Amino acid sequence: MRIHWTAIYVLWKREMIRYVRAKSRIFGSLAMPIFFLAFLGLGFRRMPVPGMGGGAGYIGFLAPGIIGMTLLFSSSMQGMSVLWDKEFGFLKEIMVAPVSRLSLVLGRIAGGTTTSMLQALLIFGASLVLGFRFRGPAALPFALLFMVLISFTFIGLGLVFASRMKDMQGFGIVMNFIIFPFFFLSGALTPLENFPWVIRALSYVDPLTYGVDGLRGVLTGTSALPVLVDLAAMGGFALIMLVLGAYFFETSEGV
Amino acid sequence: MDAIRAEGLVKMFDGFTAVDRISFAVEEGELFGLLGPNGAGKTTTINMLATLLRPTAGTALVAGVDVARDRDAVRRAIGIVFQEPALDGRLTGRENLEFHTMMYGLGKAERRRRIDEVLALVELTDKASTPVDKYSGGMKRRLEIARGLTHRPKVLFLDEPTLGLDAQTRRHIWDYVRKLNKDAGVTIILTTHYMEEADFLCDRVAIMDHGRFVALDTPSRLKDILGGDVVSLELEGDATAFRDAVGRLDWIKRAKLHEDVLSLTMEKGERRIAELVMMAQQHGVAVACVNLHKPSLEDVFLHFTGRPIREQEAGPSERNRAMIMHQRRRAA
Repeated sequence: MRIHWTAIYVLWKREMIRYVRAKSRIFGSLAMPIFFLAFLGLGFRRMPVPGMGGGAGYIGFLAPGIIGMTLLFSSSMQGMSVLWDKEFGFLKEIMVAPVSRLSLVLGRIAGGTTTSMLQALLIFGASLVLGFRFRGPAALPFALLFMVLISFTFIGLGLVFASRMKDMQGFGIVMNFIIFPFFFLSGALTPLENFPWVIRALSYVDPLTYGVDGLRGVLTGTSALPVLVDLAAMGGFALIMLVLGAYFFETSEGV
Repeated sequence: MDAIRAEGLVKMFDGFTAVDRISFAVEEGELFGLLGPNGAGKTTTINMLATLLRPTAGTALVAGVDVARDRDAVRRAIGIVFQEPALDGRLTGRENLEFHTMMYGLGKAERRRRIDEVLALVELTDKASTPVDKYSGGMKRRLEIARGLTHRPKVLFLDEPTLGLDAQTRRHIWDYVRKLNKDAGVTIILTTHYMEEADFLCDRVAIMDHGRFVALDTPSRLKDILGGDVVSLELEGDATAFRDAVGRLDWIKRAKLHEDVLSLTMEKGERRIAELVMMAQQHGVAVACVNLHKPSLEDVFLHFTGRPIREQEAGPSERNRAMIMHQRRRAA
């Protein structure tokens, strides 16, 4: 199947224009992670976190978790933006274009990854203001790699749902029963060691667990699993979800 | 080469047959209409021709290309204006067109030139930098028609182009559509449930009902089937002798007396009224009222289906059918 680069570029560009114009959406989606960071970070400031060395404190544990959460929410929303386009009719305009379906998927992924990375970087900046300290600039490329992989994974997941859902009605259900459990199971807020074994087992099939743990590893030097294991798992999930997302999108009858 | 050639086209949605074995051909440069009530299968037909739905059975060639085999080649050859708006409201008019032309792979200079050209055609040049959310319904429609043209399609599909627009805007759009077809030579297929629209615009009209074609011809020949105009005379006095006398005239095709109203079918009714009134007086009946009715496509629809198109639209079962169709269309 041919890849149409101009189509990918214009889909990406549209996403950027929409992102910049929807200022309320930007602030709205940043508010929740910042509240989490500020209130949990300050509230649990003096609590020792098991397994966190180096005196990083709870904010050191929390910040990578909240970056992961931001990526989880904004990426799966981006994947689901197909549904918005369906609702407002624009999807038809996209579907009749003489462009391979693969290019359409790649364009969505490019746009979605960029916007959720922007969101995550803003939260990263906010966490620095709130007292988060990371290991130094050398850690950044690795952190970005983890962030991109988390983004790919959940954009893929969003595409899978969007391709099989008829309208926005199922959206709330997906949010409450799929996206939120991914968040809580990932250990973004609390160490996994404290969970009963049943929940812990579930945590290990949650892609975000490896993403958050990997981010913690590269940014603070402390992680539950070796960073390479996190990277391998995250890479695997990203690949699987992207292929699934593209496949579901291509086989949906569209309009 | 025909612009469109469909043979035995069928579309079924879970056992419900929306389009039932239709076959037709549209010549290059023709303005072809699909006329029928809501839920007749017009949009489904267009969606199949535009590669948005896969036909359950049958074949269709658009610009010489099979819609099931080479969808991208068909997509390059066509433009489509959907029934419901398909614009991105956050983008400006120009950005919507820019998006479209880039998706169709036009070069930068070419894009600029064509976008300016179509914006001028639909008189939206001074609104080009306004977000589409702020456009009125008529402006959105015009922008969509403009968009359908930027990549110079061979065949343009217009799905209910004037639905929900006021009379003045509708008139405007009719003029654009005509201009496009006659001056630019674009083959146009439009669907409508407005009789006047089909009559005014189309070279040929297919009347569609329950997924099938019940008639296909030029609007004037379709109306000729009905035999001409109907002149109704409301009479005072005993009209049987008058009726018999009139019935013997060779230019009267039908004469029917119902209570005191005599209905006469003839061609060019307006030229015969004076003569008829005079004859009535000679037969000793007074004419209280004269009514001339020119046949419309409405009457043609009634003739072929036994139901008026408007009544059918309003009936509760038909409304349900249309709603089910709508939901199916969304679900598909």
